[in-house]
Amino acid sequence: MSEAVQVPSPASGGIAAAAPIPRAGGLHTFARFVGQRPAFLTGLAIVGITVFLAAVGPYIGPYPTETALPGDTLQPPSWRHPFGTDVSNMDIFSRVIAAPRIDLTIALVSTFIAFVFGVLLGVISGFFGGERGLARYASEGIMRAADIVQAFPVFIFALALVGFRGPGAINVIAALAFLNIPFFLRITRGAVLQVRERPFIEAARCAGNSEWRIAFFHVLPNALTPPVANISPTIGFSILLTSGLSFVGAGVPVPTPEWGSMIAIGAPNMMTGQWWTALFPGIALGISILGYALVGDGLKEFLDPTKRV
Amino acid sequence: MSGPLLAVDGLVKHFPMDRRRKVQAVNDVSFEIGGGEALALVGESGSGKTTTGRCILRLIQPTAGAIRFDGMDLLAMEPRSFRALRPRIQMVFQEPYDSLSPRMRIGAIVEEPLKLAGSAGPAERLDRVAEILDLVRLGSGTMNRYPHQFSAGQQQRIGIARALATRPDLVVLDEPTSALDVSVRAEVLDLLSDLRADLGVSYLFISHDLTAVRRVCDRVAIMYLGKIVETGETEAIFERPLHPYSRALLSSVLYPDPEVDLPRFTLEGEIPSPINLPRGCHLHGRCPWAESRCEDRYPEVERHDAGRAVSCHRAREMAGA
Repeated sequence: MSEAVQVPSPASGGIAAAAPIPRAGGLHTFARFVGQRPAFLTGLAIVGITVFLAAVGPYIGPYPTETALPGDTLQPPSWRHPFGTDVSNMDIFSRVIAAPRIDLTIALVSTFIAFVFGVLLGVISGFFGGERGLARYASEGIMRAADIVQAFPVFIFALALVGFRGPGAINVIAALAFLNIPFFLRITRGAVLQVRERPFIEAARCAGNSEWRIAFFHVLPNALTPPVANISPTIGFSILLTSGLSFVGAGVPVPTPEWGSMIAIGAPNMMTGQWWTALFPGIALGISILGYALVGDGLKEFLDPTKRV
Repeated sequence: MSGPLLAVDGLVKHFPMDRRRKVQAVNDVSFEIGGGEALALVGESGSGKTTTGRCILRLIQPTAGAIRFDGMDLLAMEPRSFRALRPRIQMVFQEPYDSLSPRMRIGAIVEEPLKLAGSAGPAERLDRVAEILDLVRLGSGTMNRYPHQFSAGQQQRIGIARALATRPDLVVLDEPTSALDVSVRAEVLDLLSDLRADLGVSYLFISHDLTAVRRVCDRVAIMYLGKIVETGETEAIFERPLHPYSRALLSSVLYPDPEVDLPRFTLEGEIPSPINLPRGCHLHGRCPWAESRCEDRYPEVERHDAGRAVSCHRAREMAGA
């Protein structure tokens, strides 16, 4: 722990203003932090590539992504078709780099929804849990509902939800968001249960905070690290689940470029020796999930201000 | 102000453990603090001194008793109206680092009580924060830093600044120096003394550190197993403790001069569990003066002059011993 140097306040007051103060060298600190961690850097690069492809992937491929090419069925990789072509005469490379558009959008949106609801419910159930009266029933009710959702195998439950409403991106998003809420709820609640016992919470009470203010201004910011660090792995996991649902035909309808459905289309050809059909979308899927997991690990460390220095 | 600033009367706090047993942390504690006065609540771990302090801040709800602050009954108040009173009663915590929110800057930490009190605008608050940080000798330039960038002594001064920001009438100091190094401890104690002289604030100074108490406080109340066994002016108690427990406590303090031969006064055994309190006087099992009446009933409070009060059957007769 470094001894703080007493800085004499300059004529301007030295206190800036009551407005939010800019973080001193935040970006620089982050850059140095990343520079010391090659795994984190790799993860960030992978995430960056998927985000880039989600933005422009459908436009930069050499061939159209949803229309068959004349001739050339099931061509092996070559200079013309780096990843080969599939059974419908479509260029696999163009489709692999176009797929993040749909896969990443579904994963990002569903994870964002799950994060917001999960964290809010987690703070409420964690902070007010064990109290008397209404708050306690609310807390217990939230936890039992989470138990019910989590009692079903994830994939089967997602399949049932999508089956109920029919395939389509919106329904996949809804199913994934719903499934991930209990996950964020639990990790937030766990952190809240620790934070609420710390002396600065009593100090906040003495300062005159109401219980709701304590929950959201003092407990929440100090309980965010675990759920925030899990955003990235959850995105990775959601990409996998989206692909899984598409693989069994319950996700994104077929001509749309999507890794899971491409693997599904390619799987029968793999049996007959056309290994490239499912291999390349599979590799893309695997690398993406790894990237998001690595970013999650790195962020977990970076988000703790006491370890950043 | 007529009457004492704080009057605690018959305070009881029991923590239920299961259906039959309970921890009897505080058992009928009464004391008063006048405006600008510093009272020390002294005792070893488990004597109930911290619990008493937390009851006054309403961080926990007492089992029985009354707490009056400036004539108002604190325990009868609705949470909302008690919150309006918070700026006048503040607390400094034992753990310097853990009592500061790690994600808040020093300026925001010290400003928060002012902000919630709602009486000052942003510019006025900023001036006050700068002023109070200077007052605790941290300097207003520290405002933009985070708590972990400070040493423990500095962190405790941040806690003191936060407690004093709203110009409270009473500050409860819960072992404010027990987590600090000896050299830093002296600085913080001097600061607390000076601040009281300058600001006219009252202290309830909860501590087991007798030298600290002597430095800061006007009066001392000594607690044993949830009861105050002796109160009086600091110097009077240090010079001539009347209760056997006070004697033992004071004789356990190291005197800085090895040449002075002080009479040792020791108690046998360990402090009993507050779950099963001893019958009669709580100290009788450990007290060298114990007689049969000590086992039968708890001694009445015996009042002497100059606000001195003792709860011991034999204090008067042993006073010369």
